[in-house]
Amino acid sequence: MTLLSVENLVTSFRTSAGEVRAVDGVSITVERGQTLGIVGESGCGKSVLSLSIMGLLAHPGRVTEGRVMLEGRNLLDLSSRQMRDVRGREIGMIFQEPMTSLNPVYSIGYQITEAMRAHDPKASNAELRARAVAVLDRVRIPSAARRFDEYPHQLSGGMRQRVMIAMALACKPKLVIADEPTTALDVTVQAQILELLRELQAETGMGIILITHDLGVIAEMADKVAVMYAGRVVERSASADLFDDPQHPYTLGLLGSIPRVDEDKTRLTAIEGTVPPPFAWPPGCRFAPRCPFSVEACTVSPPPLREVAPHHSAACLEAPL
Amino acid sequence: MTHLLEVIDIAKHYPAGKGAVKAVDGVSFTLERGETLALVGESGCGKSTTARLVLRLIELSGGTVRFNGEDITALSPAELRRFRRKAQIIFQDPYASLNPRLRVGDTIMEPMEVHGIGTPAERRARMEELLGLVGLAPYHAQRYPHEFSGGQRQRIGIARALAVQPELVVCDEPVSALDVSIQAQVVNLLKDLQARFGLSFLFIAHDLAVVKHMADRVAVMYLGRIVEVAEKNALFDNPRHPYTRALLAAIPHPDPGRRGHVTPLGGDLPSPLNPPPGCHFHTRCPFATEICRKDDPVPTGGAHSVTCHHADTLPPMGAAYQGHISETAVRRLALYAEASAARAGAE
Repeated sequence: MTLLSVENLVTSFRTSAGEVRAVDGVSITVERGQTLGIVGESGCGKSVLSLSIMGLLAHPGRVTEGRVMLEGRNLLDLSSRQMRDVRGREIGMIFQEPMTSLNPVYSIGYQITEAMRAHDPKASNAELRARAVAVLDRVRIPSAARRFDEYPHQLSGGMRQRVMIAMALACKPKLVIADEPTTALDVTVQAQILELLRELQAETGMGIILITHDLGVIAEMADKVAVMYAGRVVERSASADLFDDPQHPYTLGLLGSIPRVDEDKTRLTAIEGTVPPPFAWPPGCRFAPRCPFSVEACTVSPPPLREVAPHHSAACLEAPL
Repeated sequence: MTHLLEVIDIAKHYPAGKGAVKAVDGVSFTLERGETLALVGESGCGKSTTARLVLRLIELSGGTVRFNGEDITALSPAELRRFRRKAQIIFQDPYASLNPRLRVGDTIMEPMEVHGIGTPAERRARMEELLGLVGLAPYHAQRYPHEFSGGQRQRIGIARALAVQPELVVCDEPVSALDVSIQAQVVNLLKDLQARFGLSFLFIAHDLAVVKHMADRVAVMYLGRIVEVAEKNALFDNPRHPYTRALLAAIPHPDPGRRGHVTPLGGDLPSPLNPPPGCHFHTRCPFATEICRKDDPVPTGGAHSVTCHHADTLPPMGAAYQGHISETAVRRLALYAEASAARAGAE
C-alpha cells in the first residue's frame, strides 16, 4: 500500500541569480513497511526534497509545483497549524548530526517529551516520562530511566543517534525520513543503528525514506531506490535491480567510484568534473557535461524518466547501454 | 637500509584530574620508502593523534620516532624545520585547513618561502606546475579558497603538501569529507602522485574499502593501541584480532544479496580516561576470558602481528567477503570506464 507519493514536485529558491529549482519535477513513492533509499551527492536536492515533504522549507524556498500525498491527503494544501500536527505524529525525521540536532542545554528526556507534549497537551509529566523511558528502552538505550535526565554531551555518538531515533518515533509516525542517519558514525555503530531501524520498521510497519550517499547502506536497507542528480531523479528501481542492472551513466559512475573490499583495482573509475551549482545547470540532461556517453541530443532537452526494464526507469537517451 | 619511518612505543597522555587520557598508549610501527601504511580505527582510537606525534605537531609523552634513522624527538627547532621539509601532512577538512584570506597560489608558495626554496620566479613556476599536477589550472592561483569545491580544495591541500618535495606525506582522512565521485578522483590522484614521486604515505582512515584500495599494509587501532598489523590482503582475507573481525563484519557492501550479514559489535567504545585493564577490547570481545581482563596482551610479532591472548586458538572467521556482482553490471561498468578513458584521451 502506498503511504506517501510525491508527484512532480518542484521546489524553487528565488535568489539574486534568478529562480533556482533545487528540486525539479521529482516523483517518488513510499510503501507501508518499506524503505525507499534516495542516493545522491551534495547538492543533488535530496535534503531540500525531504524538507519540502516535511513543510520545513525556509524562505526563500517554496514548493511551486506538484503534490505531496500522504495517505491520499495533499500535505501542500494544509495550513501551517495542520502541518504542525502532521510533523512528529505522522512524519518523523532523523537528522545527520546528532550533536548539532540535539539541544545541548536540555536533558534528552525533556527533548523527547517536548514533541509528545505538543501533540498531547493533557498528558501528565509522569505519564510523559514513562512513555519517553519506554521509547528510549525500545531504541536499546541501556538504563533508560537514568539516561532520561542526562544531557547530550554525556552520551556517545551512537547513543545520541539512538536518542534522535527515539525522538522521531516518540509519536509513532507512519513515515520516518532519515537524512544521512549514520554518516557521522563509526562503521560498527552504523551497523547497530541500521539493525535498529530495521527492527523498528518490522515492529511498527513504518515507511522509511533513507537519504544517503553510501551505496553500501542502500544495499543493506532499501527496498526501492531513487538516484538523484542535480535536482532530478535520474534512475528509479528496486534496490536489487539498481546493483544488478544499473542503467543511468551517473549510477554507473557512482558504482565505479566506490572501492570494493572484494576487489583489487589499480584505479577507480571516477566521474570526471564536479556537480554544477543550481544556477549553472545545463539545459538538457544535467549529467551530460560529465557523461562519457553523451551525444548531441543530450544537451538539447531534458531526457524523460522512462521505463527501460520492468519497474525500472532511467532518464537517459542512451539507456539501456 | 634503514626504515623511512620507525615509530617505537610512542605515547600521548593528557593529564585529566587525577588520571590521564591515554590517547596513544604504546604504538610501534615502521614505514618503508614508497609504501602506504594505513592506520584504521574508529573515532577516539588515537589514529589522528598518532599521525600528529609522528610529525611532532604535538609533543610525545614517551617513545621514539626515527625518520631516516634520525631521532626526531630530540631535534632542535632548526632541525625540526628541516625535518618538516621532508614530512608533510594533508588534513581531513579542506574547508578548515586553508587560509581563507590567502590566494590559492600564495597558499601553495608559502611552504617554499618558509623553507627558503628557490627565487620568487622559481617558486611561482613551481606553483603553477603543482596546480597542473593536481588537476587545477594556472588561473586558479589568483582565486580564494571559498571559490572552490571540497574536492578542489583537497587538491590545493595536496599541492601545498607536495610543494617542498617531501618523502613522507601523512594523509589524515584525506577523502572522508568528500562526495563519493570526488573521493575517487582524489584517491586516484594520490596514487598517481605516489607512483610518480615515490612518496611514502601514512594514511589515516576509517573507511575500510578506501583503505583496502590505497594501502600496502594496514594497522588497526583500538583505544590507543595497535591490535593488528599486516599486509593488506592478509588482513582482509584472514583478520585475526576479534576487533578487526568486527570492523570487517560491519562494512555494508554494495550488494543487496548480502543483506543481514552484518553482525554489529555490541556496546560502545570505553572512555580512554579509564580504559579497561588487560586487553582494552575485552569488554566487547565475544572471546574474552579471565586472562584478557587481567593481563595486557603482547604483539605476536612477525609480518602479521596480532595483539590478542587468544590469537592462536580463535576459530577461523570463515571465508572472506566475496561479493556478487552481476555480469550486466560488470559489462556496463567496463563500458563506462572505457568511454571515460576515451573522452579523457580525446581532450
